[in-house]
Amino acid sequence: MNAPAVTPDPLHLILGDEELLVERAVRTAFEAARLADSQADLTRVRVTDLTPPELAELVSPSLFAEGRVIVLEAAQEAGKEIADAVISYCAHPADGITLVVVHTGGGRSKVAKELPAALRKAGARVTECPKLTKPADRDAFVRNEVRAAGGKIDPEGVAALVEAVGSDLRELAAAASQLVADSAGKVNADAVRRYHRGRAEVTGFAVAEKAVIGDRAGAMEALRWAMQTGVAHVLVADALADAVRTVARVSAVGRADPFQLAGQLGMPPWKVKKAQGQARGWTEQGLAECMQVVAGLNADVKGAAADPDYALERAVLRIVAAHQQRGR
Amino acid sequence: MTSATVAPTASGVWSVVVGQPGAVEVLSAAAEAAAAVVAGGEASPGAMTHAWLFTGPPGSGRSVAAKAFAAALQCTVTDDRPGCGECAGCRTALAGTHADVRVVVPEGLSISVAEMRALVQTAARRPTSGRWQVVIIEDADRLTEGAANALLKAVEEPPPRTVFLLCAPSDHPDDVSVTIRSRCRVIALRTPPASAIADVLVRRDGVAQAKAAWAASVCGGHVGRARRLATDPAAEQRREAVLRIPLGLRRAADVFTCADELVKTAEAEASEVNDTRNEAERQALETAMGAGGTGKGTASATRGAKGAMKDLERRQKSRSTRTQRDSLDLALVDLAGFYRDVLITATGAREVSLNHPDRAADVATAAASWSAESALRRLEAVLACREALEINVKPRIAIEAMITALHRG
Ligand SMILES: [Zn+2]
Repeated sequence: MNAPAVTPDPLHLILGDEELLVERAVRTAFEAARLADSQADLTRVRVTDLTPPELAELVSPSLFAEGRVIVLEAAQEAGKEIADAVISYCAHPADGITLVVVHTGGGRSKVAKELPAALRKAGARVTECPKLTKPADRDAFVRNEVRAAGGKIDPEGVAALVEAVGSDLRELAAAASQLVADSAGKVNADAVRRYHRGRAEVTGFAVAEKAVIGDRAGAMEALRWAMQTGVAHVLVADALADAVRTVARVSAVGRADPFQLAGQLGMPPWKVKKAQGQARGWTEQGLAECMQVVAGLNADVKGAAADPDYALERAVLRIVAAHQQRGR
Repeated sequence: MTSATVAPTASGVWSVVVGQPGAVEVLSAAAEAAAAVVAGGEASPGAMTHAWLFTGPPGSGRSVAAKAFAAALQCTVTDDRPGCGECAGCRTALAGTHADVRVVVPEGLSISVAEMRALVQTAARRPTSGRWQVVIIEDADRLTEGAANALLKAVEEPPPRTVFLLCAPSDHPDDVSVTIRSRCRVIALRTPPASAIADVLVRRDGVAQAKAAWAASVCGGHVGRARRLATDPAAEQRREAVLRIPLGLRRAADVFTCADELVKTAEAEASEVNDTRNEAERQALETAMGAGGTGKGTASATRGAKGAMKDLERRQKSRSTRTQRDSLDLALVDLAGFYRDVLITATGAREVSLNHPDRAADVATAAASWSAESALRRLEAVLACREALEINVKPRIAIEAMITALHRG
């Protein structure tokens, strides 16, 4: 075996609790190891799930001598025994092994708190991933993300994006790269608004698609996701209404060629075809009930209901239940 | 001016107040007392007051009665029966051009606090004619709480020559704040009898006797609606289309065809009513804004103009939504009337008159083929739809849900 062109750092300390940044630092360490040994594999384990003998086994040289990246997660929770084992390993790291210690910076026990200092002393490569709490840091993060994706964003764009997406870095990062791709590199407030609207529609649409085929688990999961990402209740309600009435309209005219029906119903043929598929399994009675459900929901999300989250959930469940009725 | 067929109380400005002899008596006595005040004499105590609330079912002519009273207050004829209907005071007040009569119609869905404050301020000015400052507030039930409070102050301590005339439907008496209501003298109008409506259509609008009798019999006591049906063929056709729905829902697909027709008709009516007016308002605003010409301050004037234009567009959109909703509501009232007729016919209560006597045959067919429960469910679906539209549910969604229920029964 040839000597690697690059020698990866055998010890890494990833310090902080900003999840996305921690995740990226782990990946960077792994990629560096892969540069040295394309066969290197990754093992992740929580420090609290690990005993000193198990650690010894993980870092012992293997018969086949392939590289290994071992990630010790939540090191701030380490007990004395395992902490000592980690520190003593650091004094003599094994060849071909990359040990990545992930630590929030806090810790309950004294040894756990001292772990980062010991790793620094042993010459670990340190990556700091503190939580971004200041708005200025978050804005800088957004700008960096856009730049990394090969684009540019103006201050209004940054403000609009943070307002639309919130402060979750994972979401911000995903939105930033999507925006660069959508707007040919130049991101401004208008592009952000367009993006967000589209995304909200897609999410409400996903809820409706699952609901009208009676997929309770899928619909509820999509709904929860929509609520978590702050999609407006009205948009989800509209999507549900549109899906239900489309299925009802298409099934009301009976089976026929989608291209013929398209003109008659004033819908594109693909939509007719799709609705014909969704209409299978529905009874006329079930659809009639759903028409009432979505009308009631429209009122609910416009202020008639005290809790619109619950109103949406109930409407989705009622649509799924109506789908499950068989015959009359 | 008297004639053989019209009672003395219904002459002059009072002739527009259809089928309300009791109200006319009270109002004309008040107008006489008001004239005495203007003349510097002693008014009979309690006859005149500064705040009035006109209530009554839809179509009973609340705002018409308020306007007639306003005209009588501005009447310049100095005999003891103000409200001649001929003098400049009467005519301009009725036409809405009298300088001392302000009519407030909420164009959006409510009257804002700012609008109300401005109004209260103007109302406190001395009347230019030396008679009365009259403020008519139509749909006082649509006042926001803030606007109602602003109004309350003025009603509680009215300037000596200011009169407030509030109008509100009697089916929602709670919508007018109790405090305001307690400061007002209430004029309760009733549904005018069909004979009185037919009479006014013949006398004032020159409608042929038979047509007037028909329109009066199907208008639900709504004078304006009767006039529309008697004089506008499109309105008559729309009613026909609506009343064909109950027996016309045969196949499942009919649901969506009917819903589509109802919604589109309402949209068309809204644009028919508003388009010309919107364009005129837009041009008037452009002219007013353009009058500044060029020179310094033009840039900021342009910004102001843009804001004003946006504002106008917002108000026009709100008005269009309201027209659409009113038009749908009219259709729903007709539909509800049909299902009520079915229920009445099914119970065999012959002494109760039908909402749609001209549809008695359809009603009888329906009563023979539906159970009472299903007729009731249908009626309830129509009423639920009215409520849904009132709280802003999208018209198409509400109407489709209703017609689905009408189809299934
Ligand atoms: Zn007069």
